[in-house]
Parts: sequence; structure tokens; C-alpha cells
Amino acid sequence: MQGNPKLRAADLAVGASREQVVVENLSRTQIVMYAGASGDFNPIHHDELFATKSAGVPSVFAHGMLTMGLTGTLLTDWLGDGVLRAFGVRFVRQVWPGDTLTAKGTVRSIAPDGRVEIELVTTNQHGEPVVAGDAVAQLPVSSVGTSSAG
Amino acid sequence: MADHEFPVERTGILNFAAALGETNRIYWDEEYAKATPLGGVIAPPTFAVSSALWNPSYALRGIRRIPDRPEPSPDEGAQKGARGDSSRLLHGEQRFEYHQPLRPGMRLAASTRAGRSWKKEGKRGGTLRFSESVTEFRDERGSLVLTATGVSIITEKAVGG
Repeated sequence: MQGNPKLRAADLAVGASREQVVVENLSRTQIVMYAGASGDFNPIHHDELFATKSAGVPSVFAHGMLTMGLTGTLLTDWLGDGVLRAFGVRFVRQVWPGDTLTAKGTVRSIAPDGRVEIELVTTNQHGEPVVAGDAVAQLPVSSVGTSSAG
Repeated sequence: MADHEFPVERTGILNFAAALGETNRIYWDEEYAKATPLGGVIAPPTFAVSSALWNPSYALRGIRRIPDRPEPSPDEGAQKGARGDSSRLLHGEQRFEYHQPLRPGMRLAASTRAGRSWKKEGKRGGTLRFSESVTEFRDERGSLVLTATGVSIITEKAVGG
């Protein structure tokens, strides 16, 4: 998938939404890749013995920031690359190996200058939210693209 | 105040995009990226989190040892409270404000300060202590590129799933 380079504010309507599966059957390998790429080596995310014996959780679980990153893929696939101005989430629930996550964005508002507010929720295969948040994107309003950042 | 550099590099962006399972070529394919309005490779929206790799005060850096490291950052203050028991440290919230895309070759300066802090009674974890840390990333001209705000939660008791 590549970021949508053509989306304009006029292509969206308040209440319009998009959802996509952002990870299917999350693997421990992906969690370890994320630890290496992000620098977060909290053993609770990769050391099964530490997680189960010492921390007393059922297994290792994903970094919250991995789930946020996966949620970001929905935003860039939908809205385009370099258009985000803000992106924030609350971490609501742990994400476990084997989970399948679906991210959903809903348009909350559209300003005349192309500033679009999106409400976000990512849910697991049981329909439970794992992160919730919002994002702001600056989209082109006319056929002449506005400058991109973010 | 904790300051450190954060050089943005293609390999780091590739590793980060790979860990997200990204299939968007804007994150590694220079030829493709040059033909887009952005004119080159950029980093995914949450990439700045990997600046932790360059932060000598980062407490969750695994086995990496840093000689003569500077004073602990406000962030580490929160992390220290849970050292040896990282199951008590939770990441509660994260927010990014974007001013420019992160591009390979940028040499950013990261500067972290403590934000607000507050307490709340939790259902399972006893008293929850919230602390905010705000990191600004600036380019070589001093222009703000990105602001990252994280909220850490330290629980009285370990909280599992």
C-alpha cells in the first residue's frame, strides 16, 4: 500500500470512516523487531520468562507504541504521506501475540482550509479497543497541492 | 533538561517501517519517493520514538552501557521508580505534533522536559502516578520539526493483562 497522494479535503465528509486490518495474528518476531527498531527493550515485551514468572502476566505483550505505529498506517494509507499535523492516542488495553488489530478512523471535522480532524480507535479480534485517539491532517483543497509537512 | 542528538538515517527508517509491516515505499524507495510531492524518503509518523536509541538517559535500553552518561532525564525519573519491576511502568498516552517530515540526513536535537504530573486512584493497580514528558526535536537551524508528548503511569502494584 502507498499513501494516497490524491486525497483532497473535498473527498471527505464529516462522519465518513475507513477501517483496515493493520496486523493479523501478531507474531513475537514482529514485537522483537519493534523492540530493536524503537530501542525499547523493556523485557516484558520480549522475555517470556520475565513476563510470566516475574511480572505475572500471561505472556509477553506488544509495545503500546507498536500499536500506535500500526494505527498510523491506517492514517497514511488513507490520508496520504506527509499530511499529518498531529496524532495522539491513549493506550487502553494490552495487545498480545496472536492478536489481529483493526484500525478505524472517522472524520470529525473538515475546515475550509483543508484541516481535517480524525477520531481513531483500534480494536482487537474481540472487538475490544486497544488504543483510542485522534489525528489532524492538512489536506489540499484544490487541484494545486498545498505544501506538505509532517 | 536532557538533550541529545537524533540523526535520522535511512537504515533506521527501514528497520522501523519493517517492524510495522509497512508496504509503503515512501519509507525506503528513493526513486519512488523522488517522484512524489514530498521529493524523497520520509519517516513513518511514530518514528521519533526511536530517538530513544540515541538518548543516554533512556532507562529501557537493554544491555547497552554508556560511560560518563549525563544526569538522568525527567523521563528516567519516572522509569527509575519502576526499575527492576518494569511491570509497574505503563505507557498511558502518546502525542505527536508535526511541523516538518523527518527525512534521512536530518541531524535533529532532542530536548526533553518534564510536563504535568498528577495522581489517580486505579481499580487494579492502587494509586496511579501520571507524569508527562515533552520532547522537542529541532533541526540544525533551530526550527521545530516535531514535538512528542508521552504520559507514563507508575502503578503501586503490577498490572497485567
